[in-house]
Amino acid sequence: MHNSTIAQLAEGLRAGRFSSLELTQAFLQRIERLDPGLNCYVTVTAEQALAEARAADARLAAGNAGPLTGIPISQKDIFCTQGVRTSCGSRMLDSFVAPYDATVVERFKQAGAVMLGKLNMDEFAMGSSNETSFYGPVRNPWDTGCVPGGSSGGSAAAVAARLTPGATGTDTGGSIRQPASFCGITGIKPTYGRVSRWGMIAFASSLDQGGPMARTAEDCALMLQVMAGFDERDSTSVDRPVPDYRAALGGSVEGLRIGLPKEFFGEGLDGEIATVLQQAIDELRKLGATVHEISLPNMGLSVPAYYVVAPAECSSNLARYDGVRFGYRCEAPKDLHDLYCRSRGEGFGAEVKRRILIGTYALSAGYYDAYYLKAQKIRRLISEDFRKAFEQVDVIVGPTAPSVAFKFGEKTADPIAMYLSDIYTIAVNLAGLPGMSVPVGFCGRLPVGMQLIGNYFDEARLLNVAHRYQQVTDWQTRAPEGCA
Amino acid sequence: MEWETVIGLEVHAQLATRSKIFSGAATAYGAEPNTQACAIDLGLPGVLPVLNREAVRMAVKFGLAIGATIAPVSVFARKNYFYPDLPKGYQISQYDLPVVATGQMTITVDGAVKTIGITRAHLEEDAGKSLHEDFHGSTGIDLNRAGTPLLEIVSEPDLRSAKEAVAYMKKLHALVRYLEICDGNMQEGSFRCDANVSVRRKGDSRFGTRAEIKNLNSFRFVERAINFEVERQIELIEGGGAVVQETRLYDSVKDETRSMRSKEEANDYRYFPDPDLLPLEIGAALIGEVRATLPELPDAKQQRFRSDYALSDYDAEVLTATRELADFYEAVVRSAGCDAKLCANWVMGDLSAALNEANLEITASRVDADRLAGLLQRIADDTISGKLAKQVFETMWQEGATADAIIEREGLRQITDSSAIEAIIDRIMADNPGQLAQYRAGKDKLFGFFVGQAMKATQGKANPQQLNELLKRKLDA
Amino acid sequence: MSLDSEAVKRIAWLARLSIDDDRVADYARDLSGILDFVEQMNAVDTGSAMPLAHPLDQSQRLRPDEVVESDQRERFQQQAPAVEAGLYLVPKVIE
Repeated sequence: MHNSTIAQLAEGLRAGRFSSLELTQAFLQRIERLDPGLNCYVTVTAEQALAEARAADARLAAGNAGPLTGIPISQKDIFCTQGVRTSCGSRMLDSFVAPYDATVVERFKQAGAVMLGKLNMDEFAMGSSNETSFYGPVRNPWDTGCVPGGSSGGSAAAVAARLTPGATGTDTGGSIRQPASFCGITGIKPTYGRVSRWGMIAFASSLDQGGPMARTAEDCALMLQVMAGFDERDSTSVDRPVPDYRAALGGSVEGLRIGLPKEFFGEGLDGEIATVLQQAIDELRKLGATVHEISLPNMGLSVPAYYVVAPAECSSNLARYDGVRFGYRCEAPKDLHDLYCRSRGEGFGAEVKRRILIGTYALSAGYYDAYYLKAQKIRRLISEDFRKAFEQVDVIVGPTAPSVAFKFGEKTADPIAMYLSDIYTIAVNLAGLPGMSVPVGFCGRLPVGMQLIGNYFDEARLLNVAHRYQQVTDWQTRAPEGCA
Repeated sequence: MEWETVIGLEVHAQLATRSKIFSGAATAYGAEPNTQACAIDLGLPGVLPVLNREAVRMAVKFGLAIGATIAPVSVFARKNYFYPDLPKGYQISQYDLPVVATGQMTITVDGAVKTIGITRAHLEEDAGKSLHEDFHGSTGIDLNRAGTPLLEIVSEPDLRSAKEAVAYMKKLHALVRYLEICDGNMQEGSFRCDANVSVRRKGDSRFGTRAEIKNLNSFRFVERAINFEVERQIELIEGGGAVVQETRLYDSVKDETRSMRSKEEANDYRYFPDPDLLPLEIGAALIGEVRATLPELPDAKQQRFRSDYALSDYDAEVLTATRELADFYEAVVRSAGCDAKLCANWVMGDLSAALNEANLEITASRVDADRLAGLLQRIADDTISGKLAKQVFETMWQEGATADAIIEREGLRQITDSSAIEAIIDRIMADNPGQLAQYRAGKDKLFGFFVGQAMKATQGKANPQQLNELLKRKLDA
Repeated sequence: MSLDSEAVKRIAWLARLSIDDDRVADYARDLSGILDFVEQMNAVDTGSAMPLAHPLDQSQRLRPDEVVESDQRERFQQQAPAVEAGLYLVPKVIE
């Protein structure tokens, strides 16, 4: 069962070949057996999952089931779950039990999905390797000496290792796409505003966006169908109809105009990855797509601009963690100042602190214009680059990451080297566009992801292109050794 | 050395919305601690703000009332600082693009009319409260107030004395209550201000260094705090010192201001646009909609009272001090259909005194406008004298009956029948031959004696004017 | 842009983050490196570009003025490290 896609499992449930309870038990057993070696889960909610599975079976029997009723899924531990610890990968929230569900969690509940547990992640989603988690790093199932990517590393590894059929992720600078690439799965970051941020713990509010991570584009479509939609509790949520993503999968790729930004294929991209990508692009061409070289001239500025905007927003978003109303509080504070400084100093890890400091500095008197305002202007230039590009092409294709999964510790000593692993994904967040990563092959034992970037609200097209590609290839069916 | 005082006020008016500016929690005053602080007000992880429409409408209403520009696009910004009553570690406010810009208001001080510029008014959220009673050496935090909408109204440094500052603040206070955007309750902190005070030598064109006095919540404190601060600054400068730009707190018990060093340390607020909120766009439609709800404003009403009711400047000002008082007065005039000046005297006189004594608002008056009008009609048609009317009013206030019922019951109807009054006068003259002789011999002041006797005999019901005339005629005959 | 230890301490103070004395130099080095990196932004003349704060060109939605929240103090305060009589407790604040 664990090798089946969500679409296949849903069909099996409907046909009565197995129950949601059996399915859930099977995944819980796999988690128990395999997760200690991978560390994907921060919390496994076995009892709750079994209860939800029974309820789903009743719903299936009653004939009022939706496409995801009875399907186990897992939530990145950044989404608030009522009654279940929501840690955000941080010591700060190690004991935090959210008194409400995130909209995304609520929507999966309403759809009748079964939550298996909460997935490990970089602390407050700040990281590209999952090494900043308070709960220890997640291991890449393809090579446990390598990182799974980040920040949604637990989500990507759990899907790759068949410890869940589908998981949620969040993507602020590549946090869905880069780990999807490193773990050989499919993930989509929707257009900013497509998925509600209510109850999704904020890192950088103007960049954060939740999305699905699964084995196939079809599964992502099924999950996104549940996640997407207007939410009046989120001022940045967009009130716009949600298309039928699964129905859109049947579309043709014939005549699709694909743009290849020359900035994505220059130096800095691993040669082997370039080769693998070229083969994938050839497949798309065979399907009828046309390929055009385009330019995104300001792409090189995306990482610098991002490392002003994201830390600035994070420095303010994370000010609420002060040891007063919830979360970690230091022992025996001697005064108010001590309470603040030590609760925050002890509750946050080094990378989170670095970003808070950078953000605080960038916003402080005398530096605002040089950093924050400048970065926002660059953001405008980058979004203009994309706007012009989408006048010529329908989809932009490139690598998701400049390399395959790297070794633990390889980049921890050099923050900038770590930041540059998101060099191809960050611009998409700055512009608020939808972006996707699709597995397209391997370099040695490690998977390679291809990034698809669409115009605003063009998720259906991205999913369609990815799905057509997956109809003629089988990378998405490969399983890491020991996980099949 | 002659000194000039320069004052600018930042008034914080709590907007009278039902729910908070960014959450659906109630804003009612006086609830048990933290029972009106929802997840958004507490700044729990993952929560997000959504703007209250009514708060925006109220800001627009204020802007229109002071002839200000309503910004077509304004932006919410985060003001970042750590304080226990500030749950998120930032206050959502407006910074370089406020919703209301450049309006003005006139004040009258000692007969002189002066225009005070209003730089801006912006929307922001209030903070919670720190309770300093001792909890084993801890401070308790109540976040019920956190997220209550505030309109911060910033004046130009156009005020030149504590008196002007108070006049301006009172005028604003009346205005926000007229507009029904703020309940104006200063004791509960619904209307409070920070005063920026500096002094300079007369004739100087440059402003002196200013001190900001925080959180003044009564007109009296505004006046006293400014006066103290002005003297302090003058003494300081004359003694060879210099004023330091700082935040000060007014201590009403000691009647002095003192430095708040704790607030001084952290004044790098790192403002930036709140990424959880989008730009606020206010179009012509909303402005038109709000404009249609604007009531007659205090200045216009005062003008109308002077012309329609022939009231003095003073009377018009007093009667328009609040919308409720003005409405009450007009209801009395309408109902009584008589002398508007008589109505004014009674509303400002006996009625106001009775309200004051009972500590009641005009809207809770025990004698309503119709019944007061009923009494005034009886004065106007000479049914009772003004003096007896006071007595009737007292009874009305206590019992709640109508004037007519009381007059009837107590037999207070004025005696206006000349023959009846003459008969009484004749009897008194006959009973007091000695006094009569003395009066007629030239002792004029005995006239009062006869008036007294006549009033006594009629239990005060004789029409005084009529009595005087008849008495004079008979005594002098 | 290079930050010295004093600057790091000042920023840490603004951000209310305690940093061990023996780590201050590491932070100074890392932050300086990041700032140097970020200054690549200056390579481009952004001239009259309108700052972009939100990816989508939309305006703020307004919510009806309705009370929709009820008292959940007890639930919320289960998450609090120190409460008494319904109040959150912090070390004494001196004004």
